[in-house]
Amino acid sequence: MSFAQAIGDWHALAVLFVAGVVPNQIWRMLGLWFGGGIDEGSELLVWVRAVATAILAGVIAQIVVEPPGALATVPDVLRYGAVGAGLVVFLLTRRSIFAGVVTGEVFMLAGKWWLG
Amino acid sequence: MALPPLDSSQWQSPWRAFAWGLRSITQTILTIVLFVTYLGIGALAHDTHFSLLWALCSTLFVWAGPAQIILITTLGSGATIIQSAIAVTVSAIRLFPMVVSVLPLMRTPKTKRRELIFAAHLTAVTLWVECHRFLPKVPRERRIAFVHGLGCGLVSVCLVANIVGYFLAANLTQTFGAAILLLTPLSFLFSTARNSREVADVVALVLGIVLYPLASKMNSGLDILVSGMVAGTIAYGVHWWREVRA
Repeated sequence: MSFAQAIGDWHALAVLFVAGVVPNQIWRMLGLWFGGGIDEGSELLVWVRAVATAILAGVIAQIVVEPPGALATVPDVLRYGAVGAGLVVFLLTRRSIFAGVVTGEVFMLAGKWWLG
Repeated sequence: MALPPLDSSQWQSPWRAFAWGLRSITQTILTIVLFVTYLGIGALAHDTHFSLLWALCSTLFVWAGPAQIILITTLGSGATIIQSAIAVTVSAIRLFPMVVSVLPLMRTPKTKRRELIFAAHLTAVTLWVECHRFLPKVPRERRIAFVHGLGCGLVSVCLVANIVGYFLAANLTQTFGAAILLLTPLSFLFSTARNSREVADVVALVLGIVLYPLASKMNSGLDILVSGMVAGTIAYGVHWWREVRA
């Protein structure tokens, strides 16, 4: 790979900023702007944290329900099964993230291998 | 590695606090999850014909895994800039309440807003989860420096992962690609679940997952926002009801 290839063209970098950096960063800066006056123990913050958790839960559900890229080649039952199996082990191991993630991945890979 | 006690002289220098933050990346499994996820993002960027610099800039300036994956896959499949920007911004709405809830943990009465800009930029799900875990063990006046160290460490790991993934791309199978993409929901789910100490957190997590498929039927483009606001508000209602009764 040449130096010029590693850099790529400036148009693509401009697209990165317009379509990626600005639409993403705007929420952090709004959070910084609004968050300035909120007290750590306030009720408003309890609500904000609950909404943050629920939106994150939505992002998790979206990736599993409407999978992007290569994950779309994995059958529905394997994706849901992987999350379910990981969750069971996560709870059985007194909330080990590592055990949960590994179980989910192994379930998906084993299932894919089994189905050919 | 254990962090020094709160009253230790180790915390007197902000640079020491930065170094402790940097070293704390070895204390979480999420560092490995991030490494593999960003390996995948590097490979995805390569396969979609973006340059290596482009991939590295997206990690440095976007710094949110789902947004980067959405950006690369939408642009790669021929979406317009506007369509990609909308998809990215919807996925990024979660960063707003995350920043609002994490910054009070590191602020002192004397902290100026501009001192928090970099910490706000570094805030993403991993940092959000780890701040709630690490910051109670860090003296308040050194928390910003600690978070800068932790964040810089995580970003560096991901930049290296991008480079490795970019050059390995041609050798990665589709199954491996699927396994990498599955890492994001698994690690997000379990790390958030581990951080859920109060009933409201658990309700928000469970309802947020259950309500999303329902909200997505509306196909509004703002489905995650709708399910998140509803589930989060119900969870807050549960919290409020318990507090009032207690």
